[in-house]
Amino acid sequence: MQERRLTLPFDEETARSLRVGQPALLTGIIYTARDAAHKRLIELVDAGEPLPIDLRNQTLYYVGPAPASPGHAVGSAGPTTSYRMDPYTPKLLALGLRGMIGKGLRSQPVIDAMKQYGAVYFGAVGGAAALIARSIESSRVIAYPDLGAEAIHEFVVRDFPVTVIIDTLGQNLYELGPKTYKRERT
Amino acid sequence: MREISTASITQTVREMFLELSYVGTRDLMAALHDAKHREESPLGQLVLDQLLTNYEIAATERVAICQDTGMSVVFAQIGQDVHMVGGDFEESIQQGVREAYTEGYLRKSIVRDPIFERVNTGDNTPCVIHTRIVPGTQITLTALAKGFGSENMSALKMLVPADGIEGVKRFVLDTVEAAGPNPCPPIIVGIGIGGSFEQSAVLAKECTALPLDQKNPDERYAALEDELLERINALGIGPSGTGGTMTALKVHIRQAATHIAGLPVAVNICCHAARHATRTI
Repeated sequence: MQERRLTLPFDEETARSLRVGQPALLTGIIYTARDAAHKRLIELVDAGEPLPIDLRNQTLYYVGPAPASPGHAVGSAGPTTSYRMDPYTPKLLALGLRGMIGKGLRSQPVIDAMKQYGAVYFGAVGGAAALIARSIESSRVIAYPDLGAEAIHEFVVRDFPVTVIIDTLGQNLYELGPKTYKRERT
Repeated sequence: MREISTASITQTVREMFLELSYVGTRDLMAALHDAKHREESPLGQLVLDQLLTNYEIAATERVAICQDTGMSVVFAQIGQDVHMVGGDFEESIQQGVREAYTEGYLRKSIVRDPIFERVNTGDNTPCVIHTRIVPGTQITLTALAKGFGSENMSALKMLVPADGIEGVKRFVLDTVEAAGPNPCPPIIVGIGIGGSFEQSAVLAKECTALPLDQKNPDERYAALEDELLERINALGIGPSGTGGTMTALKVHIRQAATHIAGLPVAVNICCHAARHATRTI
């Protein structure tokens, strides 16, 4: 399938036009957040306080990058497993979060919220971290510097390679793909 | 008796963690190339292509294969006729880890306490150390960097003797199927069978550092390795979990004597980036 080029941030209409299995190249701004940053974001949401970033139409990348060596904008930066963010995610989707990049399964409440608010779950290839880092042009910490690799970074990316894993209809490549290749247990 | 300086242990540990974090082992590269030829899914082939390119970039530029440079684990076989000089043995290993992760631009992923103080220790220590005393005058160290995407998908179950070989197969297949895309397939499956609760887990961990072209020396267990590999690949999970025929590269089993009432089974799943190195001092 031909890769679809997407500019970030992106709106609900664009999100709803993306279908499961679609390869895409992302260009623009993404924000990193993993376990510890999610926990802090949700504490702010629950307290009714403003977040350090406006999530409307933005994309979160579940990653804790390796330190950048000289000559690199960022160290190796592949996706971490997404399910650990599931308990926090529906509340962020309600705030307008449009895209998520990670790897691995999502919970039903996350998928339901994606359908409701019009958000997409992209998969990046787990363990392709040095390759993925090449599409990250710059990186700066914009919140929670004390968290180190877990701080929220702003990445400027060009042609960041992903595949639509779960679309706004709730169609899931982790269910559809294996079904095609599964041979019955003997 | 032979004297070995703890400084040389630090140096060896440091070198091993730097090398294994950047460079995939030759058997792993061969297995991934082979998987690419055998994978039936076009998307799966694309994923394997990306992984092979990634290993090339990491080795050439000396950058981490994966951003999760893992929890450090060292297995040490210490000859009983070795006399260590110059410092504390365990601290010499910790120092090697500290130097590798700090100098090598590797991610520090260890927190001080699992519940109350999840504060990063800043240098990837402490490293998990397993020590055995063996005959001889040498020290053999095996270093592993274990990513937690796959570690989290691992499981241990105390089966009962009546569960038998079928129970073992069911537990392994259920564990891998439930893991699905999470542990970064194609995976390597380490299985420890028998022993006590903790011994089965240690055996499973050791399996993840075995060469991929090595079989269990007991033909019956080698056949079980092959059967499980075939059945895991029949699950359809595929590279990255998006569907395909190459879900695992290898199943390794290590077995041990166990209690009349028991059949412990530990399944330690390892992502495709099985990072390990062994050296003898």
